[in-house]
Amino acid sequence: MTRDAATGRTVEQSAGNGPPPGEPLLVAERLTKHFPIMGGFPFQRKVGAVQAVDGIDLAVHAGESFGLVGESGCGKSTTGRLLTRLLEPTAGRISYRGQDITHADRKALAPIRSEIQMIFQDPYSSLNPRQTVGAIISGPMEINRIRPPGGREARVRELLETVGLSPEHYNRFPHEFSGGQRQRIGVARALALDPRLIVADEPVSALDVSIQAQVINLLQRLRAELGIAFVFIAHDLAVVRHFSQRVAVMYLGKIVEVGDRESIYVRPRHPYTHALLSAVPDATEFLAEGAGASHVDAGYAGAGEGAGGGPAPGPGRIRLAGDVPSPIRPPSGCRFRTRCWKARDRCASEEPPLAPIPGNGPGHLTACHFPEDPTTARGEAVILDPALRGGGVAKAHGVEG
Amino acid sequence: MVAGELVGRSPRQLMWRRFRRDRAGVVAALVVLFFFAVALLAPVISWLYGKDAYTTYGLDRPELLDPVSGYPMKPNGGIDGEFWFGIEPKLGRDVLMQLVYGIRTSLLIGLAATVLSTITGIVIGVAAGYLGGRTDYFLGRLIDLLLSFPQQLFFVAFMPVVTALFVSPEKETPTYLRVTALVLVLWLLGWMQLARLLRGQVLSLREREFIEAARVTGASPWRIIRRELLPNLGTPILVQSTLMLPMFVTAEAGLSFLGVGVVEPTPDWGRMFAKGAEFYEGDITYMFFPGVAMVVFVVAFNLLGDSVRDAMDPKTTR
Repeated sequence: MTRDAATGRTVEQSAGNGPPPGEPLLVAERLTKHFPIMGGFPFQRKVGAVQAVDGIDLAVHAGESFGLVGESGCGKSTTGRLLTRLLEPTAGRISYRGQDITHADRKALAPIRSEIQMIFQDPYSSLNPRQTVGAIISGPMEINRIRPPGGREARVRELLETVGLSPEHYNRFPHEFSGGQRQRIGVARALALDPRLIVADEPVSALDVSIQAQVINLLQRLRAELGIAFVFIAHDLAVVRHFSQRVAVMYLGKIVEVGDRESIYVRPRHPYTHALLSAVPDATEFLAEGAGASHVDAGYAGAGEGAGGGPAPGPGRIRLAGDVPSPIRPPSGCRFRTRCWKARDRCASEEPPLAPIPGNGPGHLTACHFPEDPTTARGEAVILDPALRGGGVAKAHGVEG
Repeated sequence: MVAGELVGRSPRQLMWRRFRRDRAGVVAALVVLFFFAVALLAPVISWLYGKDAYTTYGLDRPELLDPVSGYPMKPNGGIDGEFWFGIEPKLGRDVLMQLVYGIRTSLLIGLAATVLSTITGIVIGVAAGYLGGRTDYFLGRLIDLLLSFPQQLFFVAFMPVVTALFVSPEKETPTYLRVTALVLVLWLLGWMQLARLLRGQVLSLREREFIEAARVTGASPWRIIRRELLPNLGTPILVQSTLMLPMFVTAEAGLSFLGVGVVEPTPDWGRMFAKGAEFYEGDITYMFFPGVAMVVFVVAFNLLGDSVRDAMDPKTTR
C-alpha cells in the first residue's frame, strides 16, 4: 500500500486509461462451464446443470495483474481452472497469444503448458506429501524435458532462493514446512517453467494475515522482476486492490463489472460492487469511534489509503439479505436482481450487457440497467436484511416494500 | 537438529521409526520372518535333521508303530530324540518334516495368490478411481458381483471345475496343476476388497490440488498415477496385503482340509488337520503341532498388519 500511496494518483491515472496497449496474452470469449448433474437408475443421465461460469469475457495482457473477485461459489475458481485448461469449457473460446486452446488436448497444449502456470489455494493439499521439495519443483521440468544449464537441481536451489526459502530445503518433505513456506514451494513450482502467465487461485486465503503479506509481496516482486502476468483470484478485496491493476467482479457465474483498479474501488457502478465494497470491515471506523472522533463521514476519495478495501465510511453501509441463488436455476435477466435494492421489472426480463455505460471511464464496463453513482460514499444505509432493520444502526432505506 | 545439516526425514523413515517403537509389531514381524525362513529353508532343515517328508519311517521300521491300531508305540505321538514332533499314525512319516514342507506349500500358494490379488486390486482399483465415469460404474458392479459370492462354497465348487479346464477328469492331475488351480481360485475371489479400498482412496486423492498441479504442468495420466497417486497408496496396499496373506493361507488350508486342495503325497498344512481330525481320539499330539503353528502364524500376521497400519497412519483408530 505504501508504494501506491507514495506514487499517488499518477499511477492510478495512467492505469485509468483503459487496458494496457498491445496484443492481449490470454483472451476468453463467452467462456461457459456447466457441470452436469447426473441422476437416475440404473444408467445415469443428465438431469440438470450447475451453471458455474456462464459466458464471461476477459483479456489478460502481458505483465499485468488481472484480479477476479466475488464471494464463494460465484465461479472464480472454475474460471481459473478453465483458463489453465484443467477443465474443459462447455462453450466459448479461449485463446493464448492468438492460438485457440479451447478444446486442445494434452499433446496440443504441451508447448503452452509451460507458459501458463497455476498457484493453488490450499498449501496443504497442493504438495504431494510423498515427494521431496526437490522432486516437487523439478517435476515440471522433467515433464517438459527442460534441462536448464547447470542441471535441474541447481535450478531448483536457485528457485528456492528466489521464493525466499533456503536451498538446503531441497531434500525435505512438505510436512516439515509451515503454510506460508509451503505456498512458497508452490510458487517455486509454478516458476520452474518460466511462465508468462500465472493463474493464482486464492493463493493467500488459507494463510495467516502476517504470512499473506509476505506471499503477496513475493508475487508482486516476481511480477515486477520477471514480467509475469497474473490472473489473481481472491475474495479479499484489499488483497486484490493491492495486487491487481485491473479487476473483474463476478456474481453467480457472470462478470458484473470490470475496470481498472480505481474504477472498481473508487468509482464503482454496479450495485453488487457497492455492496461488496461496503462489506469490507474498516478498522479506521472503529479506531475513530474509540477515539471519540466523528470525522469519518468525510468521504472516501483517496485511492490506496486505509486497508485498501475501501468501504464507504460513515453510516452508508449496504447489508444484503439472503444467500446467493442456486447456480442450478439462476434468476432470469440480471442475476443480482433477487438481492438488489434497485431491481425493477426490466431487470427480470432483460439481461443487462457488460458494456461501458455513461459516466464510466475508458475500459470500465458495467452490467446494470440502473447503475449507482460512481462513488463509494453513501449517505444512507441500504439494509435489506430483516434481522438488522430498525436495529438503530442507521435509517433503514426501506426499499423493496 | 545438528547445526548446518538440514536433512529431512521422509515419511517412510518416520514410519520405520514408529514401527520400531511398537514392540508387539516387532515381535510379530520376527515370528512372520521365522515362518518364511522355515518355508524357504525347508530342504536345508530336512538335510540337517536327516529326515524327509515322504519316507514312511513307521512302515520301514515296525517297532515304531503299533501293528494293530497303527498309532505310535511311544507315548505323545512317538516324540523322541529322533522324531522331534513324533510320527504320523498309520504311515509313520515324520511330523516335523511334514509340517515344515506343509508350511512351505501353504505359504507358497498363499503368497502367489496375494501377489496376484494385490496387483489385480491395484490395477482395477486405480483404473476405476482415476478414470471414473462408465469404467468406474462397470468395474464397481463387477466388484459387487464377485463380493456377493459365498467364498468358501465357491472355492470348494470351483476347484474341480478349474482343474478340469487343464486336465481331463480321467487322467491324474499333476501337483503343479492343482497348485495353479488353487492359486487361480483364491485370486479370482480375493482381489475385490483391495480394489474397492483403492478406488475410494484414488477418488479422494484425485481431487487434491497436487494432482491438478501435475496436470497443469502437462503430466501424462500414466505419470500422475505412477508418481503422484501410487506413492500415496502405499499404506493401504501394504496393510491390505499383510492381512490378505494369512487369509489366503488359512483358506488354502481349509480347502486342503476339505479334500479339494493339495492331495497326497504332497505335504500340506491343511491336510495335516484333516489327518489329525481322523486320529485325535488315539493320538492328539499329531494335531497339536500344526494347530499351534497355524494359530501362532495367523495371530502374528494380524498383529503385524495392525502394527504396520498404526506405524504408517497414526491417525486411524482401530
